[in-house]
Amino acid sequence: MASPALAVRPALALGRRRVVDRAMSVLFVAATVAAVTPLLLVVGYIAVQGAHGLSIALVTQLPAPVGEPGGGMGNAFVGSAILIAVASAIALPVGILSGVYLSEFGGGRFGDVLRFFTDVLTGVPSIVVGIVAYTILVVPLRSFSALSGGFALSIIMIPTVARTTEEALKRVPLTIREASLALGVHEWTTILRVVIPTGLAGIVTGAMLGIARISGETAPLLFTAFGSAFWQQGLLKPIAAVPLQIFQYAISPYTDWHEQAWAAALILMLLVLGLNVAIRAVTRTGFRTVR
Amino acid sequence: MDRTGARPPEALLEAAAPARGAAVAAPAASAVRIDSLGAWYGARKAIEGISLAIAPRTVTAVIGPSGCGKSTLIRCVDRLHEVTPGARVEGRVHVGDVDIYAPGTDPVAVRSMVGMVFQKPNPFPTMSVYENVAAGPRLRGSRIPRGALDDLVERNLRRAALWDEVKDKLGRPGADLSGGQQQRLCIARALATDPAVLLMDEPCSALDPISTYRIEELMRELAGDVTIVIVTHNMQQASRVSEWTAFVLAGDDGIGRLVEFDATEQLFTKPADPRTEAYITGRFG
Repeated sequence: MASPALAVRPALALGRRRVVDRAMSVLFVAATVAAVTPLLLVVGYIAVQGAHGLSIALVTQLPAPVGEPGGGMGNAFVGSAILIAVASAIALPVGILSGVYLSEFGGGRFGDVLRFFTDVLTGVPSIVVGIVAYTILVVPLRSFSALSGGFALSIIMIPTVARTTEEALKRVPLTIREASLALGVHEWTTILRVVIPTGLAGIVTGAMLGIARISGETAPLLFTAFGSAFWQQGLLKPIAAVPLQIFQYAISPYTDWHEQAWAAALILMLLVLGLNVAIRAVTRTGFRTVR
Repeated sequence: MDRTGARPPEALLEAAAPARGAAVAAPAASAVRIDSLGAWYGARKAIEGISLAIAPRTVTAVIGPSGCGKSTLIRCVDRLHEVTPGARVEGRVHVGDVDIYAPGTDPVAVRSMVGMVFQKPNPFPTMSVYENVAAGPRLRGSRIPRGALDDLVERNLRRAALWDEVKDKLGRPGADLSGGQQQRLCIARALATDPAVLLMDEPCSALDPISTYRIEELMRELAGDVTIVIVTHNMQQASRVSEWTAFVLAGDDGIGRLVEFDATEQLFTKPADPRTEAYITGRFG
C-alpha cells in the first residue's frame, strides 16, 4: 500500500519524513536541555550565593561561638576527609574483591543472588543505612563516632565499587585471559597480573565514583558521625562533616552561618565536580589502553 | 634431539608415569596423538571421534568450513577447551608421551608445553613489547636473572622475525605495533615458554596479505624445531605452509568429524573422499 503512494507522491512522502525528523530532533534537544537546566541552575545559584562567603578561614578555622563574627568550618572539612578515608578503607577492599568475584566466578546462582543484593543495597535509603550503623556500632560503643559514620558511608559505597569493578573486569576481552592461560599461567595469577591491570582504569573509576557518591551524604551521618564543633578527637568520638555542618548552619537563624553554609556547599560541589572530571580523564586513558 | 615431549615439565613427569609404562601403546613417535576425541559445549556436541597422529617438527593444517569444530579440535590439545563454562572432552590426547587428559594431569602444566596463537592478535594491553615476550616465564613465577631474561626476549623476538623491527621500542606498549607485528609478538610470546607444539588458530585471518606472507614464511622456519598445527579456512594457505592436512567437516547433525587426513599434496591433488574433493574444489564451505 505504501509503496505505490510513495511512487506517486515522492515529494510529499519525503516532506513528511523531513517534518518527523525535524520534530524528533527538537524533542530530543528539548529533553536534553530540560535535563541539564536544573544542574546549571543549581551550580549557578550556589556559585552566586557561595562566592562571597569564601575565605581561607572557612577551611582552616573552627566555628566561632554563636554571636561572634568570623570562624569557619575547617573541622568539618578535616572530618569529611577522615570519614571518606574510613569509608574507603572498608569499602574499597570489600567492593573491589566482590567485583572480582562477581566478574570472574559469579556465573552461577550464588553470583546472581549476590548481584541482586548489591543492586538492592544501592537502592536502600541512606537514612536507613545510618540507622543500621547506629544499631551496629553506636549503640554497643555508647557513643557517636567517626568510625560509625565511616562505616555507614562504606555501606553506601560498596555496591558502587563492586558493580563498577565487575563491569570493568568483564570488559577485559576473553582472548586476553585465554592468552595468559595458554602460556601455562595459573588462573589466579592471570586474574591478578593480567585481568586486573587491564581493567584497572575502570576499577579506579569505580573507587572515585564511590567517593563522589558519599562525599555529599548527610542522612547516614545524622546518627553516626553526629557532628562536632571541635577538631577531630579520634575515630571513636563524634566528628564534624561538611554536609552535616551545612545542614546545621542552614537551619540556624544566623545570616553569617547561612553565608558559610552556601560557601561550604560551593566548595563541596566543586570537589565532587573535580572528582568527576578526573574520572572522565581516567576512563579516557583507560579505553586507550584496553583497545 | 627429539623435542617431542622429550622435556616435559617436572610437574608432568608424575602424571606421565603410567603412560610411560605403556610406552608401546603411546609411542613418542608422534608429537601429538589424538584418539577418538569428542568435545561438548554444554549439551551440544561440537566434534566427535577424531583421531590424528601429528608428526614431530612438521606443519599440519586443519581445514574445513566455518563451524566444523576445527578451532575446538586444537583447543582440546591445549586443554583450553574446558575453560569455556560447560565445556567437556572425551577421548585421549597425548602430547609427546604425556596423556594430557589423564586424571591428575595439571592443565596448567599441559599449557606450558603447548603454545597457542589466536585468531586476533592479543598482546597484553598493559605490557610493553618486552614484557609481553617475558610474560610466560614471569607470570609462571620463574625467577630469571635480568640478563638471561634479556637474552630470552631477544632470542624469541628473533625466532618470530620481529627483533629488527622492535629492538628500539622494547619499552613501548605491545598494542602500539601494527596488526601483523602484534601477531608476531604473540608468536614470540608463545615461543618464549619453549613449547614442543605450537597451535595456531587462524593466525592470519585478521591480517593483510604482506603480514600473512611473513607469518607463513615464519611458520616454515619454525617447523625446524617446533611442531605446528594451524587451523585455517584458507586452502591456499594450507597448501603453502603445511606438509599434512586434516579435513574436518560437520555433518547434518552439526557435529564435526575428521573426513580425511593425508599428506597435503596428496589431499589436495588426489583426495580419497568425495567430500574432500567437493570442498577443495569450492563446492561448499
